[in-house]
Amino acid sequence: MPHDVSNTSAKATTPGGLNVAVLVSIGRHPLTARTRRADQDARAVEMALTLQSASVSLLHAGQQDSENEEAIRGYLGMGIDSVNLIEQKPQADVIPALAKALRASAAQLVLTGTRAETGEASGITPYLLAEALGWPIITGLAAVEKIEQGTAVVLQALPRGKRRRLRIRLPAIATVDSSAPPARQSAFGPAKRGELAIHLEPSAIDEALGAWHIQPARKRPKRLKIVKASSARDRFKAAAAKADGGGGQTLTDVTPEQGAEAIFKLLKEEGVLR
Amino acid sequence: MLDTLLPILLFSALALAAIGAVRRVRLWRQGRPSSVPVIKGLMQVPRRYLVDLHHVVERDKYISHTHVATAGGFVLAALLAIVVHGFGLDSAILAWVLLAATTSMFIGSLLVAKRRSPPPSRLSKGPWMRLPKSLMAFSIGMFIVTLPTAGILPEGVFQEGLGWIAALVLAAVIVWGLGEMFFGMTWGGPMKHAFAGALHLAFHRRPERFSNRAGGEHRSTGLKPLALDDDRTKLGVEVPADFTWNQLLGFDACVQCGRCEAVCPAFAAGQPLNPKKLIQDMVVGMAGGTDAHYAGSPYPGKPVGEHAGTPHGPIVNRAGGALVDAETLWSCTTCRACVEECPMMIEHVDAIVDMRRFLTLEHGNTPNKGAEVLDNLIATDNPGGFDPDSRLHWAADLNLPLMADKREAEVLLWLGDGVFDMRNQRTLRAFISVLRAANVDFAVLGTEERDSGDVARRLGDEATFQSLAKRNIKTLAQYRFSRIVTCDPHSFHVLKNEYGDLGTPETPANYHVQHHSTYINELVVAGKLTFKAWKGGSVTYHDPCYLGRYNGEYEAPRDVLRALGIEVKEMARSGYRSRCCGGGGGAPITDIPGKQRIPDMRMEDVRETGADLVAVGCPQCTAMLEGVVEPRADIKDIAELVADALIIKTPDDKATQSKPAPAAPRTVLEATP
Repeated sequence: MPHDVSNTSAKATTPGGLNVAVLVSIGRHPLTARTRRADQDARAVEMALTLQSASVSLLHAGQQDSENEEAIRGYLGMGIDSVNLIEQKPQADVIPALAKALRASAAQLVLTGTRAETGEASGITPYLLAEALGWPIITGLAAVEKIEQGTAVVLQALPRGKRRRLRIRLPAIATVDSSAPPARQSAFGPAKRGELAIHLEPSAIDEALGAWHIQPARKRPKRLKIVKASSARDRFKAAAAKADGGGGQTLTDVTPEQGAEAIFKLLKEEGVLR
Repeated sequence: MLDTLLPILLFSALALAAIGAVRRVRLWRQGRPSSVPVIKGLMQVPRRYLVDLHHVVERDKYISHTHVATAGGFVLAALLAIVVHGFGLDSAILAWVLLAATTSMFIGSLLVAKRRSPPPSRLSKGPWMRLPKSLMAFSIGMFIVTLPTAGILPEGVFQEGLGWIAALVLAAVIVWGLGEMFFGMTWGGPMKHAFAGALHLAFHRRPERFSNRAGGEHRSTGLKPLALDDDRTKLGVEVPADFTWNQLLGFDACVQCGRCEAVCPAFAAGQPLNPKKLIQDMVVGMAGGTDAHYAGSPYPGKPVGEHAGTPHGPIVNRAGGALVDAETLWSCTTCRACVEECPMMIEHVDAIVDMRRFLTLEHGNTPNKGAEVLDNLIATDNPGGFDPDSRLHWAADLNLPLMADKREAEVLLWLGDGVFDMRNQRTLRAFISVLRAANVDFAVLGTEERDSGDVARRLGDEATFQSLAKRNIKTLAQYRFSRIVTCDPHSFHVLKNEYGDLGTPETPANYHVQHHSTYINELVVAGKLTFKAWKGGSVTYHDPCYLGRYNGEYEAPRDVLRALGIEVKEMARSGYRSRCCGGGGGAPITDIPGKQRIPDMRMEDVRETGADLVAVGCPQCTAMLEGVVEPRADIKDIAELVADALIIKTPDDKATQSKPAPAAPRTVLEATP
């Protein structure tokens, strides 16, 4: 069918069963703040579902209440039978629980959104998980091209539509952002029938988070962008123009030490490190 | 010889027909259960046939006369033939009546033959082409064989010499006639429509559609709710056996007259839908097989013979190639023109929505913008994904009275999702100025209002519809009002006809809902509005499907236009035959390509009248028709026309009201005939 989302994305071929775990979070609609499936996480689920002969399991660490359940069921509606819900206290640091579950699940590829739509939404979870598990991490995954003999060939999305082909060793963690294909429609029937497999895990209370003072973000005024264009062509050029970067350098074929040194130097120049 | 042969032929044909009937009933019974009053339903058949069905058939006088002659003649002839020839009752009077009946049937069959030479494109060919000959065979055979009984020919004329040969020929003709009329009736021949049709009338899923002796309006157009609580049953129709048994029976009643095809806007636009073929495909699915034997017009762009199905096989495959392609189901604008025209009272739209429900609720496969619109409805309560708190931004200067403040009002003005559309905001402004001119006590729900759920429901998302409807009902239950008035026929229909099923004993959802044209007409009749003389050009009126066919309101908008001093130049297709604008049923969202656009065809209808302006009464129609490229007639909502013609009475005017105004304003009473 021409309108079928699942057929439009390229199918990656994988010999044998590949265990893919997708970490899903509770999303929040930007206008109405209603809970929903998080957009980037849903794209991660979509990517996992388009991998051929992969067994997909969904993992969520958090609280179980009716609002959250509705959001989680949004992922089930994409055609998944069950979600593993690791029950955690609201103030918990979910990294240890997730790391433990992933180690136990024998997942070879872990997909997740780049950053959550609720909670701290710092985007740091995948990095902390990668650190805890000792796995490589890849960001901005656009497509999985091939998985064979414990490595995956993937496309990483770079700004302005560029793609970079990478070969990564599995197991690995990959994050998905909005350059990945959009998620398929969530259907009501499967969402309602899908199972929430609840696992009780001790919560590691996040002391630092408890000490924080959290307040709603202040709306900052937007800087007006004045386009002094007289013709439609100029306006189009202004809208489509590249961001003025200019500086910077591209390092290729350098040792990790050289790379680290260059980054260190840049951070000092920019005054981030003193 | 014939005296012994005839009863044998008659009773064996009847026996075969009975076996076929059992087989056919078993095919229908594959469907889901649906409880119907059996005896009461059967008792209703004559009235439903003679009054309601005939009312539809009569729109084509030629075929109604033909059918009366043929069917009336056949039923009488068949009954008498069983008595006279089957049981050998030697009564000259009955024989004469039998002769008259067969003569009537013969005349009818000549008319059937004439209509089919050559057949118009909407009629099916194939076995239907032999039907007039079969009718003639039966009527001529029965006529001749009855002549001796009536005493016209001597008794025993068929028993000697040439008579034997004549008798053999006659027997062959009668076998042909009986084969078509009795055997074919239950074994799937063209005459199946009589057998299935009668039972379909008896066990129709919308018995409220049919008239009764008490008279009054009989209309049943609201979709039936789907039970969402049961976790085990699948939602919607995946395989033919998922229809209820009386729906399957209804499909089997199709007589393939193609009236639906002739009025279907999607078919005319070259989109891959033909209501007749769809119903035949359901019959194919119910019985199992391919559509290769279908002898009518195909779905535009889809050759016949490539689709097949079984009672328990999927109707739609993701990859295509099952019984029906998904585009076919998504082409429908739910305009109900096919249902309105169908002489067999088949419910095409119900079937299409049932199948869409499965695609959306179980497959998650609503095409094009469908998924996005449904997500928006879930997250923001409007299809455009706008901030629900910005619902009243368009009316910042109007100081609209809010229900939340007033708690009660005479009129609850339901604004609809048109509040987010700049074109529709003009209509709403116009209507509000009319309400203010007539000093109506009204209030709006403001940000408490949500989408009525119409689009979600037609796209098959019953869950979102019910969620929206239940929350709307809860909101409405807080306030007191005597009626709901809306400028949107879709909201009007849903509030009026579809919310009732979702009410609870604490919050009943039976509202008095009116379209703004009806309400304006009431204000006009009550003398609350005064109009300037009409100075514009000629005007035609486009009936919105959800106001006209769905709710039978054809007159109020025309009365309002007459009160304005406008003489409506009617389009060839107006009233119950109005052609859809293409905007209903989520069709602009699913946007299935065709050869031309439905609104373009409608504006062509307008152009034929030579009118400079089309009066409309629906935000969808406005948007669809205004999307047609110029040069074309202007499009104005009835509310805008009324507001433009208003003479607003300020307190000063009231003091000097007795003086004739210089512009010679017409009062309403003068203008209404």
